Amino acid sequence: MFEALIRSFSDMIYLALIKEDRFNFLVNGFVVSVQLTFSAAVIGVALGLVIAIFKIRNKGATAAFANAYITVIRGTPAVVQLTVIYFVILAKSGLPAMLIASIAFGLNSAAYVAEIVRGGIMAVDKGQTEAGRSLGLSSLQTMRYIVIPQAVKNVLPALGNEFIVLLKETSIAGYISIVDLNKGGQHISSITYNGMVAPLCVAYIYLLMTTSMASALDRLERRMRAGD
Amino acid sequence: MISVKNLYKSFGKIEVLKGIDVQIERGEVVCVIGPSGSGKSTFLRCLNWLEEPDQGDIILDGVSMTEHKKDIDKLRQKAGMVFQQFNLFPNLTVLENITLAPVKALHLQPKQAEENAVRLLARVGLEEKASAYPNRLSGGQKQRVAIARALAMNPEIMLFDEPTSALDPEMVGEVLDVMKELAKSGMTMVVVTHEMGFAREVADRVLYMDEGVIYEQGTPTEIFVTPKKPRTKEFLSKVL
Ligand SMILES: Nc1ncnc2c1ncn2[C@@H]1O[C@H](COP(=O)(O)OP(=O)(O)OP(=O)(O)O)[C@@H](O)[C@H]1O
Ligand SMILES: [Mg+2]
Repeated sequence: MFEALIRSFSDMIYLALIKEDRFNFLVNGFVVSVQLTFSAAVIGVALGLVIAIFKIRNKGATAAFANAYITVIRGTPAVVQLTVIYFVILAKSGLPAMLIASIAFGLNSAAYVAEIVRGGIMAVDKGQTEAGRSLGLSSLQTMRYIVIPQAVKNVLPALGNEFIVLLKETSIAGYISIVDLNKGGQHISSITYNGMVAPLCVAYIYLLMTTSMASALDRLERRMRAGD
Repeated sequence: MISVKNLYKSFGKIEVLKGIDVQIERGEVVCVIGPSGSGKSTFLRCLNWLEEPDQGDIILDGVSMTEHKKDIDKLRQKAGMVFQQFNLFPNLTVLENITLAPVKALHLQPKQAEENAVRLLARVGLEEKASAYPNRLSGGQKQRVAIARALAMNPEIMLFDEPTSALDPEMVGEVLDVMKELAKSGMTMVVVTHEMGFAREVADRVLYMDEGVIYEQGTPTEIFVTPKKPRTKEFLSKVL
């Protein structure tokens, strides 16, 4: 009885992962998920910084744009944003799905990054800016050498958290037929008619990724705090 | 050196400066005293355009600030400012605090900026702290570094906003000593202060501010010993 259970269990694993090198669906999916997260994070941070600065300057059209942008992105589900961008906005663009997904997730992340960065910059004492300006530094130089380095320290925990959220968010990339880690797992389930092993593996791999991101972040934070 | 013409400044509905006219000569040490909320800090901050006046002008070395708003970064380099709360950059070492602006704004060679910084640190008695971070310093040490940082830009005038008010009493002296030395070296200084002893000893001229105007001014003796106007007398009777 017990032996039979073990037997059927190892059969399942064999079918899901080993036969025909099916584990490759997970490996390739993992690579896709990482690429997607990374490129979206780069876009998200770059654009998020710009939007945060628009919001902080609080002047005219750019501030209105920043506010509208954040409202729209935070007020609609990521999966809806992804499908709208893929099937409507960039439908005729002929761009590869991976690129469109990177843009979509990047645009999404930018709104959250912007709010995090804005909070971090506002938290830097106003006296710091005044000291910089009184020394004859331009406002850009003051931002770059004084405010941003201090803001980075403030926002690191929240920003790291945002990247973890982003990684998990990319698991909806399957909606536009990208074979990421999640979709790779689904693939295995459908060809093996077994929906147990692959989802568990997928969950475990996501968990490994998020926990290692969290601990890397933790180490980075501790290193920065040592400078204080 | 610096002349202030008909300066007005409001924050929303509060009128803080209501027409200030004053001329400060090269090498002069001017102390500004007066009750809390009378506009002393606002006046000082207008002098280097940290606050933009609503009306009036400041002419620094013959250059009108109102007419040269675009060059404000350049003009500010001529006026060093020392704040009550020090405002050292916590992300930089003491040496980096001092060399940052000379390197980035005056485009000095880093090596030269460092030599200057070390010399200035020696002048304020802190050469051994060059590589320390600001949070390792006492309040008095922080303020002396802040003075060295402002001096590194080779300013023509130094502005101080209650530089000793945030200090423990035992550290006030070390900062005042540095300021006295600076005054003796011929630096033009405007000092907002509650240290009446310092004003008496070091100032060439004392401005008494009240309700947004320079209510009375004169030599330390004229202000502290023979004040003429009622509110000046009343203020001094409270603080002396
Ligand atoms: N940024 C600002 N926004 C609004 N009100 C301000 C601002 N700065 C100063 N004030 C107001 O202007 C008035 C004068 O302030 P200021 O700091 O110039 O006075 P002060 O003479 O330096 O007083 P203290 O001796 O307490 O430092 C105060 O009523 C203050 O509340
Ligand atoms: Mg003040």
